[in-house]
Amino acid sequence: MKWVLVGGVAAVPFVLPSQSMVNIAMLTAFSAFLGQCWNIAGGFGGLTSFGHAVFFGSGAYTGAILQTRYGVNPWVGLPAAFLVGGLVGAGIGAASFRAGLRGSYFALVTLAFAEVFRVLSNSLEFTQGGLGIAIPLKVSAWNFQFADRRATYAVVLVLLAVASGVAVWLTKGRMGARLAAVRENEDAAAALGVDIVRTKTWALALSGGLAAMGGVVYGQTYLYIDPSIGFGTERSVEMLLVAMIGGAGTVWGPVLGAVVLHVVADVSRAFIATPGFAPMVYGVVLLVIIAVLPQGLAGVWAQVRGTPGGARDA
Amino acid sequence: MLEVRGLSKRFGGLQAVDDVALDVPQGRIVALIGPNGAGKTTSFAMIAGFVRPDAGRIVFEGREVTGARADQIAALGMVRTFQITQPFAGLSVAENIRVGAFLRTADAAEAMAQARAVGAALGLGAMLDRPAAALTVAGRKRLEVARALATRPRMLLLDEVMAGLNPSEIHEIVAMIRGIREGGVTVLLIEHIMQAVAALADDVYVLAQGAVIAQGTPRAIADDPAVIEAYLGRGAAARLAAHA
Amino acid sequence: MLEIYTAALINGLLIGGVYALVALGLTLIYGVLHIVNFAHGSLLMVAMFAAWVLAEKAGVSPYAALPVVACGMFAVGWALYRYVIGRVSRGEDRAILLATLGVSVVLDNLFLAIFGGDTRQIEGDLTFAMWEVGPLLLAVPKVIAFGVSLVLAGGLWAFMARTDMGRAIRAVAKEPEGARLMGIRPERVFALAYGIGIGCLGAAGCLLLPSFFVSPHVGSVFVLVAFTIVVLGGMGSFPGAVVGGLLIGVTESLGGLVLGESLGPIGISLVFIAVLLLRPTGLFGAAR
Ligand SMILES: Nc1ncnc2c1ncn2[C@@H]1O[C@H](COP(=O)(O)OP(=O)(O)O)[C@@H](O)[C@H]1O
Ligand SMILES: [Mg+2]
Repeated sequence: MKWVLVGGVAAVPFVLPSQSMVNIAMLTAFSAFLGQCWNIAGGFGGLTSFGHAVFFGSGAYTGAILQTRYGVNPWVGLPAAFLVGGLVGAGIGAASFRAGLRGSYFALVTLAFAEVFRVLSNSLEFTQGGLGIAIPLKVSAWNFQFADRRATYAVVLVLLAVASGVAVWLTKGRMGARLAAVRENEDAAAALGVDIVRTKTWALALSGGLAAMGGVVYGQTYLYIDPSIGFGTERSVEMLLVAMIGGAGTVWGPVLGAVVLHVVADVSRAFIATPGFAPMVYGVVLLVIIAVLPQGLAGVWAQVRGTPGGARDA
Repeated sequence: MLEVRGLSKRFGGLQAVDDVALDVPQGRIVALIGPNGAGKTTSFAMIAGFVRPDAGRIVFEGREVTGARADQIAALGMVRTFQITQPFAGLSVAENIRVGAFLRTADAAEAMAQARAVGAALGLGAMLDRPAAALTVAGRKRLEVARALATRPRMLLLDEVMAGLNPSEIHEIVAMIRGIREGGVTVLLIEHIMQAVAALADDVYVLAQGAVIAQGTPRAIADDPAVIEAYLGRGAAARLAAHA
Repeated sequence: MLEIYTAALINGLLIGGVYALVALGLTLIYGVLHIVNFAHGSLLMVAMFAAWVLAEKAGVSPYAALPVVACGMFAVGWALYRYVIGRVSRGEDRAILLATLGVSVVLDNLFLAIFGGDTRQIEGDLTFAMWEVGPLLLAVPKVIAFGVSLVLAGGLWAFMARTDMGRAIRAVAKEPEGARLMGIRPERVFALAYGIGIGCLGAAGCLLLPSFFVSPHVGSVFVLVAFTIVVLGGMGSFPGAVVGGLLIGVTESLGGLVLGESLGPIGISLVFIAVLLLRPTGLFGAAR
C-alpha cells in the first residue's frame, strides 16, 4: 500500500506539463538520493560524516574528466564513479577506523579529507583548478544529456531506488545486522565475531560509491563543476541534514527529509527570498529534531507502530 | 583446550595480571575466582583478544591466539561475555542474539530462527521482540549468554553472569550453564558466588593481586588458608581455625 | 630570499598568536564539557561581524571594542549553551555534535541573510600600518593581535589555575558527579565554561578584524584551523593550544609561500589528518 502510494506520488511529475514542477521533483529526489547514500554509513552504521561531499565530488570529477579528457561516454562515468567513490571511501575508512577514530573525531576527519580534495582540485592542472570543468553541451540520450527534465528525473529516481534498495537490504541481511551491532556497541560486536574495521570500511565504501554516481548526474545536468560545487561543505551538510531530519537509520528517512527540505525551501522563499534564509530554517529544524525527535520524522512513524530501531551514536 | 602461560598486564604502576597460567580441558567447567580487582576481567579480556598482553602465550585448541583480534578469536570458537553487560540497546532482544547467530550462517531467516530458539531456551522467550534496553539486570545477563551461545562457540568465557541476581535466578542460571556444558561447550567462568562455583566447577583457580595463589577442586580451595586470607585479610585463616 | 622566509615565519607566528586564542576557547570547552564545539568557527564569524559593525557604524576601533565584544560573546555563549546546546543534546555525544553543527548552520545563514555574501573589511589607516624592524616590515595590527592574544592566554591560564572559580570549573571537568555532591551544579559550570570559551572568540574577532576580511563563510575556514590546533596540541591542553596555534600559524604562512596561494591551505588539513591518524593524543595530550 505504502509502495503504491509513493510510486503514485513519484510518478505525478511525468504527467505534469510544467518543467518547473518537474525540476522541483527532480531536486527533491536528488536530495533524497544523496541523503540515502549518507544514511547507509551515517544512519545504519552510525558513522557521522561531515565530509560526504568528498564522494560526490570525486564522482563528479571522475565523470567530467573521463568525458572531457578521454572522450569516454558519460554513461560509463556512472560505474567508474561508483568505483572511484568506493575506493575513496575504502581508503578514508581503512585509515580512520584502523586508527580507531569514532564519533566526533571521525566527523572532523571526513571534513578534513573533503577539504584536502577541494584544495587539490582547486590547484591541480588535471582538474583545471579553480576554473572548474565545463562539460560540452550535446543533448542526446546516448550522451546522458536530456532536453526534458523528466528524463533526468527518471534517472535520479532509479538511483534513489537503488540506494533505497541497499538500505532495505541492510535492514534484512547479515551485513546490515553487523553494521547495526557495530553502531550500537563495538566491543560487544567484536566479541560476537564482527570485524569492526572491515564492516565500517565496507559501509563507507558502499555509501561513497553510490554518492559518487550522484556527482556524475549533477555534471550531466548542469554541465559545469568546480571545486566548491564538488567538495564544498554545503553539500556534505545537506546530505547529513536530509538524513537526520527524516530519520537516520531508517529506509524512508532521507525521502521524508528531502521532501521537508524542499517544501521548507520553497515556502520560505515565497516569504523571504534572501539567500541564507531557507538554509537557516533547515538548521533550526535540525535543532528541533535533535531535541524532540532523535529518530527523525520516520521515528514518529516507527513509534506509532511500536517497533524499536533507529540509529544511535557511533 | 585452552592453555595460558605467563600472562601479564600492567596498567601504569599497577600489575593487574602477573604471570598467570591456566589450563581448561575440553568439556570441563573451570572457575576463576578472587577478590575484586584481582585481575580476573583483565585476564579474560586478554584471552579473548580485547587487551594486548604485555607478556605470555594463549593457545586455544592447539593454535596460538596471542595478539589475535577479538573477532578472529570469536570466529575460532572462543567467545566471552561482559561483566558490565553490553547490549545493543537500540535493537530488539532477538536482533541482539541474531548478531551472534550470523557468525555461522549468512542466511537471515535461518539466523533469526536460531536466535529465537536460543533466546527461548534461555528464558528470554517473552522478551524477544522487545528492545534490549527494556531488559532487567537478570535479563541482560541472560542476553549476554544467549548472544554468545548463538555463535555456536566451542568455549565460553562467562564473566560474573550471576552477580546482581536473586537466588532463584541464580539457580536457573546454574542449571543453564550445566546445560551448556552438556551441549558440548567448554566453560571458563568468573564468579563470586561460591555456592554456584561449588555446584558447577570441576576445577578452580584463585587469583589475588594479579597472581594465581591456589588451584584445585572447589572443596580443596574452600579449605585453603591462602585463599581465606586473600578474601578476608591477613591472619583470617588462623582466626577461623581457632574458632573451629 | 632568506628574508622572505623570515618574514613568512614571523607573520605566521603573529597570526598563530591569535589562532592560539581561538583554539584556547575550543580546548577549554572540550576540556571541561568534553564536547566538540563545531559552532566555534561560526561564533568567531559572529564576533568579527560584531567588531565590524561597531567599527563601521559607530566608529569604535576594534581594540576599544574588544572588552565589549568579548563580554557580549561570553553572554552569547552562555545563553547558547544554557538554552540551546545543553537542552537539545541531553548529554549524548552525537546529539551534541549535531547540535553544534545545527547552530553553525543557523548562524552562517542568518548572517548571510542579514549581511549578504560579500567580504568586508574595516577601512582606515590601521589596516595598512607597518613597523620597520631591521630589514623586516611588520603589520602593526598583527603585532598588536599577537601581544594581546598572549596576554589574554596568560590571563585565562591564571584564571583557571589560580582563582576559586577556575578551580571549580576544573573540578567539574574531572568529576561532574562528585562536584554535584559538593553542591556545585555542573550544568551552570558548563554554561560558564562555554561562555568563557566563546568570550575568547570575542577578543579574537576584534584582534583579527584589522588584518582579515569577514564574511558569513569565514567560520568554515576557521573551524578546521581551530580543530587542527587543538588536536595537534592535545584536546583539552592549554600549553598545547598555544604551541599548536603558533605551529599552525607558521605552517599556514610557510605553506602558502612554498606551495602557492591555491595549494597552500592543504597544509592544515594534512596536519589535521596526520595527527588524528598517527598520534591522536597530540603533542601535549595524555589521553583522549
Ligand atoms: N583499562 C584499565 N586501565 C587501568 N587500570 C585498569 C584497567 N582495567 C582494569 N584496571 C585495573 O586492574 C585491576 C584489575 O581489574 P579487573 O581485571 O577488572 O579485576 P577483577 O575482574 O578481578 O575484579 C583493577 O585494579 C582495575 O582497577
Ligand atoms: Mg571483573
